[in-house]
Amino acid sequence: MSPSPLAQELLLALAKIAVVVGALLGLFSLMTWVERRLLAFMQFRLGPNRTGPLGILQPIADGIKLFFKEELMPEAANRWGFLAAPVVSVTTALLAVAVLPYGPPFSLPRWGFLPAWLQGRALQLQIATIDVGLLFIFAVTALGVYGVVLAGWAANSKFSLLGGLRSSAQMFSYELALGLSWVGVIMLAGSFQISDIVNAQAGGFWRWNLVVQFPAFLVYFVAATAEVARIPFDLPEGETELVAGFHTEYSSMCFALLQMAEYINMITVAVLCTNLFLGGWHSGIPGLPGEGLAGFLWWGIKVSLLLFVFIWLRGTLPRFRYDQLMHFGWKVLIPVAAVWILVTATGVALFPGLLRVASR
Amino acid sequence: MDAILFYAFAALAVASALVVVGQRNPIYSAFALIVTLCSLSVIFGLLGSPFIAALQVIVYAGAIMVLFLFVLMLLNVRREQDAPERGGRTLRGVALALVTLLVLQAGAVVLRYERAAASGFDASTRKMAEVLFSPHFLYVFEATSVLILAALVGAVVLAKKEL
Repeated sequence: MSPSPLAQELLLALAKIAVVVGALLGLFSLMTWVERRLLAFMQFRLGPNRTGPLGILQPIADGIKLFFKEELMPEAANRWGFLAAPVVSVTTALLAVAVLPYGPPFSLPRWGFLPAWLQGRALQLQIATIDVGLLFIFAVTALGVYGVVLAGWAANSKFSLLGGLRSSAQMFSYELALGLSWVGVIMLAGSFQISDIVNAQAGGFWRWNLVVQFPAFLVYFVAATAEVARIPFDLPEGETELVAGFHTEYSSMCFALLQMAEYINMITVAVLCTNLFLGGWHSGIPGLPGEGLAGFLWWGIKVSLLLFVFIWLRGTLPRFRYDQLMHFGWKVLIPVAAVWILVTATGVALFPGLLRVASR
Repeated sequence: MDAILFYAFAALAVASALVVVGQRNPIYSAFALIVTLCSLSVIFGLLGSPFIAALQVIVYAGAIMVLFLFVLMLLNVRREQDAPERGGRTLRGVALALVTLLVLQAGAVVLRYERAAASGFDASTRKMAEVLFSPHFLYVFEATSVLILAALVGAVVLAKKEL
């Protein structure tokens, strides 16, 4: 007996959510270890190498420690706001992942142990396929600011409040550049759906948006680094000025949740960059396969490379000053992105052959 | 399914809107307003227009409310002082709300919105763009953007003493 079509869809969606969230949580803890090790190597240190082989069990040890630590809350803190902030952060971070594709569509193999309705079923490697995928991500990241703002305000500490204020100004400024950098990509693909944008880049690496939309890629990369508040844009934390910024007063699991949201956002940004600019799961070299498992591998390699670049940047660059940050965002990134939109629009209007509207 | 979601989020929107008005701590009011805007966005989504739903969150909940909160936190606005309750301020507010509701209802009846909703109109992104950039609305659309630009420039000129 096979379940009704609606139940089938629901079951598949639930399975996808479980797999993606599980993979993200695993990737998050792995990333904390990878980042510490790589940073250590860049600074001629060893990093955590005692727990398990190469120190790979360090995240588990950290998790146990954080779990059994006492949950501290400042006396004058706003109780509900203080507890809600990590929840808001993690929720928005996980929501954004829902519309990201992580591989080409593929069909389940006809294994004997699978129920009949699953055999050979075509699957989208994406939790929700919605009409306005890119806009949904934009909306959810816009809401992500509130987690940080709430954390900074509710703790009722000066360092936290300053961190929260800085982050709201920073994210607000760089969100504009981030959104503008997508417009050219959307115009070329003629769709808001991320999978359509990926398919518009099929063919070869010279058709990737990295090449065709190079200025947009630069703007996106800088703005995305600022959105996830990584060095050189980590002013909301700024440990040499603000102790730890918005999460100064957090400890134990609430701290772990805030940290988790930051890493998940970083992974989201890298995945989005791969899909929008690096051709997603396409190999980029004509002849090399980009379907099924191979496509997933290509995609994984690109995402890992981008994550490595984020860590590399952290090991290389100093922090911006606040006025430099605002100046750069408003007077450099936004004009560049706006001019590039004009150039792309003119090109599309003059040469309709540039338009690669996804077939539907 | 749609009906359940609609009533749940409509109730949430009304409840949080009441919190916005009734709360004396401005920060709580701001957060309640964010909840209202997000639930309205869900209702737009249920009406079959994901584009408007996304814009609602991006523009109102994302951009405008961040500015509100930024100013509230920067000025460190305290709890509103209990102003002396003068003759029927609440009463006048309730009356105004009721009149607004009546006018909106009358407008909906006159313009027959329920018929438009029942006929399954298309509000997808593509359709929206076609309507907005059709000769019928293009002039209004462009004039609005010029108006907003003028307001922006005006705000900068007023706020900056010397340019």
